[in-house]
Amino acid sequence: MGILEVRDVNKNFGGLKALNNVNLDVEEGSVHAIIGPNGAGKSTLLNCFVGRLDPDTGTVMFNGKSLLGLKPHEINQTGVVRVFQTPEIFTDLSLLENVMIPAFARRDGAFKLNPFRDVEREGEVRDKAMNILEEVGLQEDRNKIASSMSRGDKRRLELAMCLVQDPVLLLLDEPTAGMSRADTNATIDLLKRIGERGITKIVIEHDMHVVFSLADRISVLAQGTVIAEDVPANIKGNPKVQEAYLGGAHL
Amino acid sequence: MMKFFSQSSEKGDLVLIALFAVAVFTMPIWLAPFGANYPDLMQRFAIFGIFATGFNILFGLTGYLSFGHAAFLGVGSYTAVWTFKLLGMNPIPAVIASVVVAGVFALVIGFISLRRSGIYFSILTLAFAQMCYNLAYSVLTPITNGETGLRVLHEDPRIFDDKTVETTGPLISQIFGYQMQGMTGFYFCGILLVITVFIAMRIFRSPFGMMLKAVKTNQNRLNYTGVNTRPYTLAAFVISGMYAGLAGALMCIIDPLAGAERMQWTASGEVVLMTILGGVGTIIGPIIGAGLIKYFENIFSAFNDQTLANIYSFLPDGLSEVLVSVTSLFVGEGWHLSLGILFMLIVIFLPGGVTEGLSRIGKLIARRTGKAQKNENEGGRRSSPMPGE
Repeated sequence: MGILEVRDVNKNFGGLKALNNVNLDVEEGSVHAIIGPNGAGKSTLLNCFVGRLDPDTGTVMFNGKSLLGLKPHEINQTGVVRVFQTPEIFTDLSLLENVMIPAFARRDGAFKLNPFRDVEREGEVRDKAMNILEEVGLQEDRNKIASSMSRGDKRRLELAMCLVQDPVLLLLDEPTAGMSRADTNATIDLLKRIGERGITKIVIEHDMHVVFSLADRISVLAQGTVIAEDVPANIKGNPKVQEAYLGGAHL
Repeated sequence: MMKFFSQSSEKGDLVLIALFAVAVFTMPIWLAPFGANYPDLMQRFAIFGIFATGFNILFGLTGYLSFGHAAFLGVGSYTAVWTFKLLGMNPIPAVIASVVVAGVFALVIGFISLRRSGIYFSILTLAFAQMCYNLAYSVLTPITNGETGLRVLHEDPRIFDDKTVETTGPLISQIFGYQMQGMTGFYFCGILLVITVFIAMRIFRSPFGMMLKAVKTNQNRLNYTGVNTRPYTLAAFVISGMYAGLAGALMCIIDPLAGAERMQWTASGEVVLMTILGGVGTIIGPIIGAGLIKYFENIFSAFNDQTLANIYSFLPDGLSEVLVSVTSLFVGEGWHLSLGILFMLIVIFLPGGVTEGLSRIGKLIARRTGKAQKNENEGGRRSSPMPGE
């Protein structure tokens, strides 16, 4: 039994079949990579997990509960947390505030009217946020405004914002897109380190180096259909995958 | 006052609010050189300070630009006069009733308007305010008394008033024998200003306030962070509506007459100007903005050619006449022109408002005196000027 079970998910955009009977089982504690050429439906699939899109048919079960029909904040409260392709952060606020907000959201739930508490006195939340910032290597910059950070740092910040929520399932949409090789390797190391906490992860990625360094299992999506699902070693040698996506040359 | 910009501890807040209270209650002294120390104007500083502070909780924190806040001002005013009519001239029930009724109104209008954001939200609030304004003149005339305005009459029930000692003079709001007029009226408004600014300050520093700032910056991320943004924005809308209701009540406590013109869209626009002029998202900014605009309105508009001629009387005749005719465009009837120019200059050169200018001057002074390092640490968290949205 997987922690996330996706059964026969279909999604059409007008005449375009974005997802065609997609099935997916993600084991608890594993890293499951979803790869595929551009337009294969990877992001559409991810959007179906977080409440941004509702599939036309099919089911998405997380921990035995359906995620369909829930609003994004309700899905987050069940423990499914998403890192976006372009970092979604609070650009006008400091890094520390950026991380404290998700920590408050996890502690206080979807809404809490506490206008007379003082942020300065929320030591527990602050310490938690500081620890996470230290873990991703941003503790020195905690008082800087988020918009002043580099792209790579913004990605690390967003990751910190997701980690501070103690996610059960972490969805990563191209966590290393647009990063230099050094930054990419640093991110791989970071993701491996947080892997030790037993967080289940789904990674969408183009960079084969990242995929093969992290993934326990790989699903290959092409034109909305899962054409292969296996351990990385077998995916490498799968001729169907090479034809559809890798073209044989990359490996 | 410079410290209003930096984040500080609870103890620091108490010091700041004490300083602010001193500044408010010594207004009759330090406003004297500007010719602005008469009670009527100072009452308006306090009342519009409250109005703008409340507006800033919505606009400054969440970024939702309401163009209909004057509706709550009007609702507060009518409620206050009705409280006078029914319960008597004591200002306390009027204040409580106005805040509650304005809050309920804000809940309804906010619930509907907050389904949209950006310009659509602004238009919805504007539509609601104009609707209230027109209803007050038409179908709601039994409640609002239409164009004549709602006033307290001697034959009204006023069940808690002692009618044996009353004369035929105009009815004035009073508590413990203190009449809410002149300086007493100003101090009453001043006390409420200090209290409401303190509450606003607590909100700014709370986790709730932090969530509101997050709404302004990235609502999408907040939704995917497990936060339901609707109740947050609605709470901010209701709180700011209550502030407006309080301001409306105070207007009637000073002068027990409520008219619908208070709800016109120009009044809603004015509070937007005040907030932007002073500094969006800062605590003291909107109050400075409210003070500046009310000062311009009262002092500049009172200038006439004669007073100008007196000012330029030391110059040779020909020159002084030219100067008088040029300057008269900007004062008296033309005070809006000066205000408009000032507003344009601020928005272009100081998008963070007057407070940004003050903090720049403060930093300059700090650098001169060699405290630049310290200031950097203190001011590092100062809210940045509004990015062009």
